[in-house]
Amino acid sequence: MTVPLLEATDLVKHFPVHSGVLLRREVDRVRAVDGVSLTLGAGETLGLVGESGSGKSTLCRAILQLVEPGSGSVRFEGTEIVGLGRRELRPLRREMQMIFQDPIGSLNPRKRVGQIVGGPLKLHGVAEGAELRSRVRELLDLVGLSPEHYNRYPHEFSGGQRQRIGIARALALKPKLVIADEPVSALDVSIQAQILNLLEDLQDELSLSYLFVAHDIGVVRHVSDRIAVMHDGRIVEVGATDQVCERPSHPYTRELLAAVPVPDPRESRSREAARQ
Amino acid sequence: MSAAPILEVSDLAVAFRTEEGVLQAVDDVGFDLRAGEFLAIVGESGSGKSVTALTLLGLTRGPNATISGTARFVGIDLASAGDDELRRLRGDRIAMVFQDPMSSLNPVHRVGDQIAEQIRAHTDASKEAAHERAVELLGSVGILNPAGRSRAFPHELSGGMRQRAMIAMALSLEPEILIADEPTTALDVTIQAQILDLLQELNERRGLSVVLITHDLGVVAEIADRVLVMYGGRVVEQGTLDEIFYDPQHPYTWGLLGSLTRLDRPRPKRLAQIPGSPPSLVAPPAGCHFRPRCPHAFGRCGEVPGLEPRAGAAGHLDRCWLTPEEKADKRQAGDRIAPTGSS
Repeated sequence: MTVPLLEATDLVKHFPVHSGVLLRREVDRVRAVDGVSLTLGAGETLGLVGESGSGKSTLCRAILQLVEPGSGSVRFEGTEIVGLGRRELRPLRREMQMIFQDPIGSLNPRKRVGQIVGGPLKLHGVAEGAELRSRVRELLDLVGLSPEHYNRYPHEFSGGQRQRIGIARALALKPKLVIADEPVSALDVSIQAQILNLLEDLQDELSLSYLFVAHDIGVVRHVSDRIAVMHDGRIVEVGATDQVCERPSHPYTRELLAAVPVPDPRESRSREAARQ
Repeated sequence: MSAAPILEVSDLAVAFRTEEGVLQAVDDVGFDLRAGEFLAIVGESGSGKSVTALTLLGLTRGPNATISGTARFVGIDLASAGDDELRRLRGDRIAMVFQDPMSSLNPVHRVGDQIAEQIRAHTDASKEAAHERAVELLGSVGILNPAGRSRAFPHELSGGMRQRAMIAMALSLEPEILIADEPTTALDVTIQAQILDLLQELNERRGLSVVLITHDLGVVAEIADRVLVMYGGRVVEQGTLDEIFYDPQHPYTWGLLGSLTRLDRPRPKRLAQIPGSPPSLVAPPAGCHFRPRCPHAFGRCGEVPGLEPRAGAAGHLDRCWLTPEEKADKRQAGDRIAPTGSS
């Protein structure tokens, strides 16, 4: 059996809740991630779906070692990365990148697009000078922006274009794994479609693996090979996309599916009639 | 449904003077809202849908704004009425709910107090009576333990609960029209479904006229009676729910429908995206604003098409130069939204 690209086992991250000012006692814990196991194969897209507060974002951070897991293991290409020091993690950071929900909050407003996208290349000492600039232009082209955008600032772009800048930055170091945390939920529906198509094109072109996180199971279904459903810090169901969406086994999955609006008035009227 | 319109908007235009030039946010918008009707205004960021709604409430007025056209509500023209007159209508007869309930609620006042204050500002209710009414309203929008919740501060409520509280506040003076501007966009899909159910119930049970503003046609399919599709400050198509979903006439509407990720259909390999970005409204393209993104654009699209009714359907209007035959052809070709028949 081949080693999966990413394998998380019994991952736990609890946040203590303190009470009192002087004698801070731990009174409770928020079990944000409570024993999660998942695997992601090379070139695969795993959808992670759940509501706000289900622990999706904390799970992503724990996988990337942006928060230290309380216990459990994360293996990247077979190598255990929990407990590694900053220096040991550094080469691995190139392989694992993240795309964020908020295309405004995640881009430094005082930097030009070229600096933002080229930042990781510079930081990791991959390229500089003329080579850096030409790499950045390639990246802008790759995500459907034009090279003239190099010297512009983030505020000059629309939401969808800003998300493209975030994607270009995430791809700068040619990662194997991209974690996309709600990458389209802040965008207009018409722009969502563009970004979803772009992510799929990039996956084909660069053989990327995605952990695609969203609260809308309709969006997740569109991009994922497999879907994991997260609720209260645990994975309650995982399986092939069609199986999870057509024959959901967990009641929470059924709830998520039922909540997605059906863009077919006749169908929703007959659903309504059936309910009464 | 043949009730008389309570709101008649015609030739509404709103322009703002900006540093870059004059921004024509709304251009020649007209529509009717009938009593008890659920109207959806659909469009993407910058389509003018929110500015249209804000203008009805007099909230776009300012030294840099130019507003023309009329918006008749019970004999008053909202576009030209005095500020005092509008202030009396606002909240009382036309109420609005915004996308982000956290920034619309005052963070340092208890939710119940904020609702009571609004009641007392418009009526001569006593403090106690206003409070009682606030608790009753919170209960009526589906908040459990409304008496307890009325003493909560906004940050102590979840996003869905805050939006319910905003709706309770909007209903506090029993308005005839509720305008909801992207009320569910910041919410989880599960909570969105609950808020939409609530809006539908208010519309059906209380006969409240609702204008729902959204970028998501999927949301509209379950509740609206009629749909107005806006693009680049103009109405590009309007019709009944079925006309828009099963017989859409404008290429932009086709694109919006094709962009949806649908659970009720097999997964397409690719979504039928609309290429490009919305136009700048400071320097919009000449003619049809959708022209630069439209795969079917031709010479005549350099002139602005009128909003014309479809043959045999007076209420189904669209703003496109293609002939009905061309539309039917081109829609079939690039379109998976063909009617599902009677299934």
